[in-house]
Formats: sequence, structure tokens, C-alpha cells
Amino acid sequence: MNIYGIMAIYKFEMARTKRTLVQSIVAPVITTSLYFIVFGAAIGSRIDQVSGISYGAFIVPGLIMLNLLTHSISNASFGIYFPKFVGTVYEMLSAPVSTLEVVLGYVGAAASKAVILGIIILITANFFIDLQIAHPVMMMVFILLTAISFSLFGFILGIWADNFEKLSIVPMLLVTPLVFLGGSFYSTDMLPQPWQTISHFNPVLYLVSGLRWSFYEISEVSVMLSLASILIFMFACLGVVYYLFKTGYKLRS
Amino acid sequence: MNSDEKPILRIKGLNKFYSGGFQALKDINLDINKGEIVALLGPNGAGKTTLISVVCGIVNPSSGTVTVDGNDIIKDFRKTRSIIGLVPQELTTDSFETVFSTLAFSRGLFGKPPSPTYIEKVLRSLSLWDKKDDMIMTLSGGMKRRVLIAKALSHEPTVLFLDEPTAGVDVNLRKDMWEIVRELKAEGVTIILTTHYIEEAEEIADRVGVINNGEIILMEDKDKLMAKLGKKQLILDLCDQLSAVPQSMADYKLELSDNGMQLVYTFTAQGDRTGITALMDDLKLAGIAFRDLNTTQSSLEEIFVNLVEESS
Repeated sequence: MNIYGIMAIYKFEMARTKRTLVQSIVAPVITTSLYFIVFGAAIGSRIDQVSGISYGAFIVPGLIMLNLLTHSISNASFGIYFPKFVGTVYEMLSAPVSTLEVVLGYVGAAASKAVILGIIILITANFFIDLQIAHPVMMMVFILLTAISFSLFGFILGIWADNFEKLSIVPMLLVTPLVFLGGSFYSTDMLPQPWQTISHFNPVLYLVSGLRWSFYEISEVSVMLSLASILIFMFACLGVVYYLFKTGYKLRS
Repeated sequence: MNSDEKPILRIKGLNKFYSGGFQALKDINLDINKGEIVALLGPNGAGKTTLISVVCGIVNPSSGTVTVDGNDIIKDFRKTRSIIGLVPQELTTDSFETVFSTLAFSRGLFGKPPSPTYIEKVLRSLSLWDKKDDMIMTLSGGMKRRVLIAKALSHEPTVLFLDEPTAGVDVNLRKDMWEIVRELKAEGVTIILTTHYIEEAEEIADRVGVINNGEIILMEDKDKLMAKLGKKQLILDLCDQLSAVPQSMADYKLELSDNGMQLVYTFTAQGDRTGITALMDDLKLAGIAFRDLNTTQSSLEEIFVNLVEESS
């Protein structure tokens, strides 16, 4: 295995974050703080408890999931798209690195950044509410699996995209609505039928539910179903990435 | 080269069809020996870059085999790619990286452990050491070209592909590049370069290949090629004006200049007998005196243009 190759890609991608620290870390932290101020303190104080916990605490897993998903996708998609855009991808294609090694480098870095961000948001949340984490190990499992899976998804998006619009259209028009409608800021019990049933077709619901269970032991679907969903999604993405590299889709002509 | 020694690069029956059916490479067969400099000449769209890209792993071949140092480029891609360096045609660089960090990245990507000492050596050899901490975006085009060469050398390759290495660089820098290429050859690196500058091939190549319409129409030792296809001309400055070439000298197919003061005799350089001695005798017999003479040899460029026109 080309360990040096993996490390080179990983370090390169992590160094990019350092150069864009405001965009990568500071902006999401400020945005999250605003969510806590508006939804947690201002509006949340007028909302009854949801599933037995305060509204401010209820939205923490949803906020973490929102950031994990959007930043995993954007980090990984930009990471592979930009070398394609400027032409430096020739170097990776001509290097002695396998598909797995390329994925470990790019996806590993994107997932690392997303996890770091998730932890920073968790720390930020602690300033606004009294956080209780019932299952910290399971919380990390959910955070890690989500970051890896959606970084893989972002990587696929970056390979597929051939312009900046395509790069941003999926996160904007698909992922963000799914997160908002996936019970991040409310319990689906609060929805009237048929929206309650329709919500169960939203894959993000299973992620948010699983993560929320790791915090408060409350969930909308079973934890095992949540875990299975994220694992199936991860392996599906891995399969697609393998196929893309094997065929050279939009990389090797 | 020892005749028993295997070529460092062997291409057999290589074809490349792009989607849409365009055939960029047509049954390419080529052996390149260790330590030689081969120049690939050809017009735009001839297939030079596609050929290089296939060997380097950037473009998938449609059929045929390519081996580098005896290893197949697909089955043993790790072995082949780790000994190949590529300098692309376009100035594609990571603008926000420093010169040193981009070389460190390239070296790692190609599976080599970090070696600041080696990177320093490469940067110094390319007069880039004082720019090591500069962001690439601040460098001139010529300097960026040097950075690309440095990146390609960062993993100590033994086969180096230079795709139009001196495109858009000034004459001084071009000469510097030639010197670098010669030094690499002295270190045993095999170099395959594509170029539009015929003088580049003439200056540094051991062998010259000509590609046109996806086919290699010629691959020959540069000196032999010059000798085989190069035309020579003997130009005589006459003492007295001539109105026409004498009938007695028709066999020599002499050309008379418009002002009647020069005679031009064209002959091939490959033959043992050029006919010059007989011409001199016949000129003397015809009473034609000359005050000066000189010879010129056709350049590789003229040979190249003729070959491409013939194959088209």
C-alpha cells in the first residue's frame, strides 16, 4: 500500500482547511450559535419540551447532523473537483496510487474535517445548553459513519460535476431540504398525516434519529435501523466510487 | 545500447479510440532504449499527448500493450508509474501551494518517503531554491514550467516525459531546459519529449519520431535521419552573369538565380558520390568561373514538413 501517497493527499487536503479557516470552521460555528440563540433561547423558550427534553437540547443532534452532512459533502466534492477544474488531477492519475488509497486520502481528510467541525459544534452547544450524552461511544460511531458516508457521496459528486453549479446544486436542492425535513428541528410526531408517513422515506430522518438516541435515548426509528441505513448508504457509495475509478468515469478518457 | 538489453519502454499494437469513435492512436509500435532522448514531432492533434497519457496512466488504451522496464502499465501500474515522471503541456499548478510543499506532495504521492535534502537538490538544479517558500501563483510562466519539471523529478524517476516542455518560454530559459535535459540524460534518465520546435529535437534528441494522424510515420536516429533525408545544396557565386544554364550541364539540374549570379546544385547527403567533382570539372570546361561557394543542409523542420505532407 502506498502509505506516503495517502498521507500526501490527506495532508494536502487538511492544509487547504488551514488556508480557509474562516470558511471551514469559524462560519459554521457562528451559524450554529445563531441557531441556538434564535431557536434555542428566543423561540425555544416559548416551545414546550419535545419528547421530554428542552427544545434547545432537542435540536443539538439535528444541528450536528446538518453540519456533518453539508461539510462532508462540500469538503470531499471540492477536494476532487478542484484538481479536475485546474488540471492538476493529471498528477494523481499518473501516480502509483490505487482507488482505495485515493479514497482514503480525499475521503479521510473530508471526513476528518467534518468530525472536527461536529465536535466544535458540540462544544459550542455546551455554552448554550446543559448537554447530556447518554451513549458517547455510539454518538462517535454515528458521527464517524455519517462523516465517512457523506464524504464518499461528496467525492462521487465531485467526480460527476463538470461545473461549479452542479457542485453546489445537490447540497443546496437535495441535502439541505432533506435535513430540514428529516426531524432535525422537530419530532415527526408533531406532523399531521400523511406527512408523518412521508417523512419516514427521508433517509436523513434515520441519521438524526440515531444520533439523537445516542444523546437522549429517544428515537423515532429503531437504533439498529438507523445504523443499518447508514452502513448500507456507505457501502453503496463505496461501490459507486469503485465503479467510477474502474471505468475512469469523467477522470480517465 | 547492448543488443541484449530490453527496451525501457515497449509499445505494441497500441490503439486508442475516444468516445464518438475518433481514433487518436493507430497501431503504435515503439521501443525506447534506456538512457536515450527521443523527440516526438507532429502537428497539433497528431496523437503525441494521447500517446504519453496512455503510458503515464491518464488515458486508458483501447487495445495493445505497453510495458515500462518490463512491467505492464495496467497490471503492474505501481511499478511503472513510480519510475515515470511527467511534465504536462499545460501550466497546471496548485496556485496556493508553495514551491517546496508542492514538491513534497508530489514525492509523497509517488510513494517516496520525505526527503528535504533531495527536494533541495532538485530545486537548486532548476534555480528554484530561492523561490522555495513562494506561492506558485506569484511565479512567472517560465518559473512555473520549472516547478512542473521539479515536481516530475521529485520522486527520482528513471523515465521522464516532457510534453512540449518549452512551449511559451523564452530563448534563454529554453536553452536552460536543454541543459537540464542533457544533465538528466547523463544521470541515466530516459527522456521522451514532444515538441513543436524542430530545433529542440535537432539540438538534444538521439532519435526522432514523427507522428501524424495517430500513426508513427518515422522513428530514426537523428543523425541518420538527417543523412538519409536531408538534402544538401551547393551554392556558387558566379564571377559573370549567366543568362541560362548551358545545355551541356542539363544533367546536373542546376538552378539559376533570378539575377543570373548564382548557381544552385542540389544533392542528397546519403550517397557516397555527390557529383561535386564532376560538376567542378564541367564548369571549368564550360568556362564558368565562380568567386565563392557554400553548402547548406536541410533542417529537421524541412524534413518533418515533407514527411507530414507526404503522409497526409
